[in-house]
Amino acid sequence: MMQCPKCHAQMQTYNRNGVQIEQCSGCRGIFLDYGELESLTRLESQWAQQAPPPPPAPQAYPQAAPPAHAPAWGAPQYGQQHGGHYGHRRQKGFGRMLFSS
Amino acid sequence: MTSTSVDREPPTPEPASGESASREPVIRELGTLAHRLRLHHPPETPCTCRPPQLLADRPDGTVVRSGPVVAKAHAADIDRDALAARLALASAPTLSGILLAPLTTPGAPDTAGAVPRPVTFWPYGTPVDPRDPDAAPWADAAVLLARLHRTVSPLPLPAPPMRGPVKAARAVARMVGALPGDAEVLPVQAAWHALPAWARGEAAPPAARSGFLCHGDLHLGQLVRHPAPDGPWLLIDVDDAGLGDPAWDLARPAAWYAAGVLAPEDWLLFLDAYRSAGGPAVPAEGDPWPQLDVPARALTVQTAAVALAKCAAEGREPDEMEQLMIDSCARIATFPPELAAGSAS
Repeated sequence: MMQCPKCHAQMQTYNRNGVQIEQCSGCRGIFLDYGELESLTRLESQWAQQAPPPPPAPQAYPQAAPPAHAPAWGAPQYGQQHGGHYGHRRQKGFGRMLFSS
Repeated sequence: MTSTSVDREPPTPEPASGESASREPVIRELGTLAHRLRLHHPPETPCTCRPPQLLADRPDGTVVRSGPVVAKAHAADIDRDALAARLALASAPTLSGILLAPLTTPGAPDTAGAVPRPVTFWPYGTPVDPRDPDAAPWADAAVLLARLHRTVSPLPLPAPPMRGPVKAARAVARMVGALPGDAEVLPVQAAWHALPAWARGEAAPPAARSGFLCHGDLHLGQLVRHPAPDGPWLLIDVDDAGLGDPAWDLARPAAWYAAGVLAPEDWLLFLDAYRSAGGPAVPAEGDPWPQLDVPARALTVQTAAVALAKCAAEGREPDEMEQLMIDSCARIATFPPELAAGSAS
């Protein structure tokens, strides 16, 4: 069992698409062996070639942490700061769509 | 009763098509019937009533108001036994305070002479004000849904299935019919075909999630204050109500939120109120998306499909909100559905 070089907690091994990665159970940091980053990059580029990129997601709200729960396919507007152009947006979004099937 | 949204804007006159012309007698007849039901207005007294007002006019729901009474003509091809069962639900004492009860006597709905569609009668309630987003009753809607979903037997009649997935399938068929061979429909279709069969209305939902009483078509046009103008909020329109996955009723707001249409604050207000009221569709804490994922994908597809079909019919481009839902479909198609325990099929 590996120990995390940063916080010294135990690291656990996970398999992602055939690549072994170690993740720290404490700080959640990830350790990759030699060549593993390249393997992941290769997998990623294969995936990108298979699937056309989704359309650019709208920047509806200013980005800020912490995000609320959202699906993987959601538009990246979550965790907006209070204020901003939120009020404007709410008024604009409050249209016919919210009142119909 | 399906949508009172038309209240805020007078219905635009439709082009003089055969379909529209054939609906005029229906609207007149509904107005006459609703007026006749006004209990405070004996027939022998001089009539000072305002003329009947058209609240909604679609093939699946023409709604006319006369003072305190609303008459609704349902779809001509509606399953009348199922409608009778849904009216019995809306009249059930167990559901009073959740669903608006009809004035119609439970049982087979009436069919009026000039209206070859079943007609039901309802008390008028004040709809959500479309000009005041801050007053939108997100929390009230969520609490009503939680109470509906928690309803257990005895129900007055065996409840029919909730029609959400069937409605989504109809919307996709309508889109494909309106835009044959058009590339615009491809991302919407791709998102649709990646859904499990139950969410496309082609199979029963997973057993663990199929036995809840659901509304089936929630949006802000489905809430009224009764008695008008400031009674408590109630859910209206039981045409799609029945047994099914309760996450379906949260999925339209969830889909709006995920697309960037609904502000996170409004979504969280809705979700937190639902959880606080003990709603069973999602766990009380933590990530609700394993349960919401599939229904929210389906509602995203349905909304985008309806939008594209309307755009085709009206010869216009999607507006900003419609485009957000269409873009959401493109992202949905690239991510396989999350599989919640018990919701795979």
